Amino acid sequence: MNSSALRKVRIVLAVVVFIIITLSFIDFRQLIPDKWFNIILFLQFVPSLLDFINLPVLVSTGFIFVLGLTLITGRSYCSVLCPLGIYQDIMSRVGGRFRKKFRRYRYGKPYTVLRHIILAITLIVMLIGSVFFISLLDPYSIFGRSATYLLQPVVIFINNLIAAILALFDNYTIFKVDYIKIPFVVFIIPVLLLGLVSYLSFTRGRLYCNTVCPLGTFLGLISRISVLRIRIDSNNCTHCGLCAVQCKASCIDFKNEHVDLSRCVTCFNCLTACRDNAISYGPGKIISQKADAGPDQDKRGFIAGILAVLALIPRMLRAQDAPVPTKESTVPEKRTSPVCPPGGVSIEHFTKFCTACSLCVSACPNNVIIPSIKEYGIAGIMQPRMDYHKGFCNYECTRCIEVCPSGALLPLALEAKKLTQIGKVNFIKENCIVETEKTDCGACSEHCPTKAVQMVPYEGNLVIPEINNEICVGCGACEYACPTVPYKAIFVDGNPVHQDAKKPEEEELQVQELEEFPF
Amino acid sequence: MKRRDFFIKSVGAGLAAGAAFSMGGYNKLWGAHAPAAAYDMVAVLGGEPDAMFDKGISALGGITNFVKKGQTVVIKPNIGWDRAPEMAANTNPLLIKRIVEHCVKAGANKVYVFDHTCHNWVKSYKNSGIEKAAKDAGAKIVPADTENYYHEVTIPGASVLKTTKVHELILESDVFINVPVLKHHSSTKMTATMKNLMGNVWDRGFWHSNNLHQCIADYATFEKKPTLNIIDCYRVMMRNGPQGVSVSDSANMKAQIISTDMLAADTAAASMMKMSPEQIDYIPLASKKGIGRMDIENLNIHKITM
Repeated sequence: MNSSALRKVRIVLAVVVFIIITLSFIDFRQLIPDKWFNIILFLQFVPSLLDFINLPVLVSTGFIFVLGLTLITGRSYCSVLCPLGIYQDIMSRVGGRFRKKFRRYRYGKPYTVLRHIILAITLIVMLIGSVFFISLLDPYSIFGRSATYLLQPVVIFINNLIAAILALFDNYTIFKVDYIKIPFVVFIIPVLLLGLVSYLSFTRGRLYCNTVCPLGTFLGLISRISVLRIRIDSNNCTHCGLCAVQCKASCIDFKNEHVDLSRCVTCFNCLTACRDNAISYGPGKIISQKADAGPDQDKRGFIAGILAVLALIPRMLRAQDAPVPTKESTVPEKRTSPVCPPGGVSIEHFTKFCTACSLCVSACPNNVIIPSIKEYGIAGIMQPRMDYHKGFCNYECTRCIEVCPSGALLPLALEAKKLTQIGKVNFIKENCIVETEKTDCGACSEHCPTKAVQMVPYEGNLVIPEINNEICVGCGACEYACPTVPYKAIFVDGNPVHQDAKKPEEEELQVQELEEFPF
Repeated sequence: MKRRDFFIKSVGAGLAAGAAFSMGGYNKLWGAHAPAAAYDMVAVLGGEPDAMFDKGISALGGITNFVKKGQTVVIKPNIGWDRAPEMAANTNPLLIKRIVEHCVKAGANKVYVFDHTCHNWVKSYKNSGIEKAAKDAGAKIVPADTENYYHEVTIPGASVLKTTKVHELILESDVFINVPVLKHHSSTKMTATMKNLMGNVWDRGFWHSNNLHQCIADYATFEKKPTLNIIDCYRVMMRNGPQGVSVSDSANMKAQIISTDMLAADTAAASMMKMSPEQIDYIPLASKKGIGRMDIENLNIHKITM
């Protein structure tokens, strides 16, 4: 394979991976089948590693492939599999447009101490049992959060605009969808991190990957000894420095004919830049070869614009319909624990493995999963929780479980999920419409999928809720439907450890058929 | 588009009645009063949902008595829940399919189907089987989950629900066919004809927190009334309504009630649930508002057994 072909292959693969992963995070209509996520995210290193620690099965062995790939090819992962890496390449390309080309990059000394300290801290914190650092810095998760909280709203905005126009022509194939309602504080984190990454890549290429990213540093330890590597042939090299100018990892010290393999992301830009046929990619020792320098294929700006406006778009919230009862409720809900999504096993397990990539947030068809602020403690910031003011968990749905790549949400078949109690229902009679207004309501019981909330006779002809926590699954439909403000009359308090719910009892009906009309 | 815009504006301004009066040609939008039929109610027993509708509607002189050529029809089933058809939480899809077919055959310009669902609308439309059934028969499925489809109307005869936001299809269509499924209901004890109209409006929370039964009766006085009510009693949820916990909650009644009188239909439905209509507060409240007849023993009911 000649040198320019390698670069082309790298770019084509990267674009394909980038598009697929980006689509996964903005798939607000749940068009991608649940089962595909296992395949799409198979090779994402950090989620795969966590998933493997959790549940060592075939589907969680992606990181082993990545280790093998790195050992053979160097840090190709960073160039063709890491969505944030590819995003940075796009930003670098945009940045290049604003700077003189021949001065684009130059060799820089590695921040060896700094990057190893970051990696060490990340590993130590991980060993202690917290994914805080890794979830903050993992490139896949940074990308996921950015796509979910910054890109998806833009896509939904455009979708809704098109939907509004089509509706005028009586066409409903594209329809309006709701935004995910996320707290503003949480919104700041992806903005800051993506801003930092964007700025660094815009001006300095892969500086983030080679200084901050713990995964980049870790893979760099392996790529030092990779089988295939970038080599400089001293016989041909004229020390013109063109390769270093094109090296976004700033890892080519052309004066000393040295390539820092720990930082090289095998983008192959140097191969196409070299006019003297002095740089090649192959196994360890240098073999002089004569090949034509490929034509400079440098016009791929069409990808560049895709995410350029990302960080500029503010969050747009849709006005909610607020039910207005005549009297305000008076008793505050006493919540002792947040509710983590089904499959989370326990708050402890969930927070230990969730990297806050937010794929479940963007995948949830009911928008019930939102990023937390400090509900899980400050180290758990951005890890998703259930918010029953915004929606409720669909009884017949397991999408969050299916998409989770890190094993924070462990597999649960639908029938098992229907018997998993993630929280318990609590009833505050003093807040209930039936008690305060002496009129029927029952919205909670209507929405309860198991009838853990039943309406029982009350004063006169009235019926009032009665709760049964044995069969409650904690889906929050009751809380969502309850119209009292400011406090709900019925709410779900999280189970720190998820429990088994009993199956609702089934009795034979007395009436089975109708012989004749009773009127 | 002009008509639609004009209409939305006039409704929004609460000028609808006056506008309709002065703009004679638009009268039919409000009109939709059912023509005199041979019977006050038709009750069919013992067949499949679609076959029972065939029999029932022909006893009322056929759908052409209600749907004229070139008219737009909106069919409002109960699609409230992400539940499979055998759970009987939603209207039977076969019945919806057959009603759409009749309307199309009668020359309806367009037939729309929608419901303001309680569960995720995409899942409910799909898993109820209604989306496919309606589309196959030639209807257009319309979402109803965002507020911009709804327009504020005033209900002069209301005690509590004096204004509410109603789905534009209800306001705009010439013919409105209400197709509830008969079910036990945890908060109102029974849902059928009048309760199904809750799916026409945007803010149901208001109803729940402001005397639910009165709001149901109030909305039944709104001038855009169903042209025809068809209660699906093929499978009837006898307990754990309105969404049901398991298939064992429903009985195979294999029945259907068709009437232009919402109150009479609900009164008949109550007896099917082995309840007296007085037990269901909104029925006597609606009777007070003069919605229709509660004395169904005095009505001309045509019963068909298949």
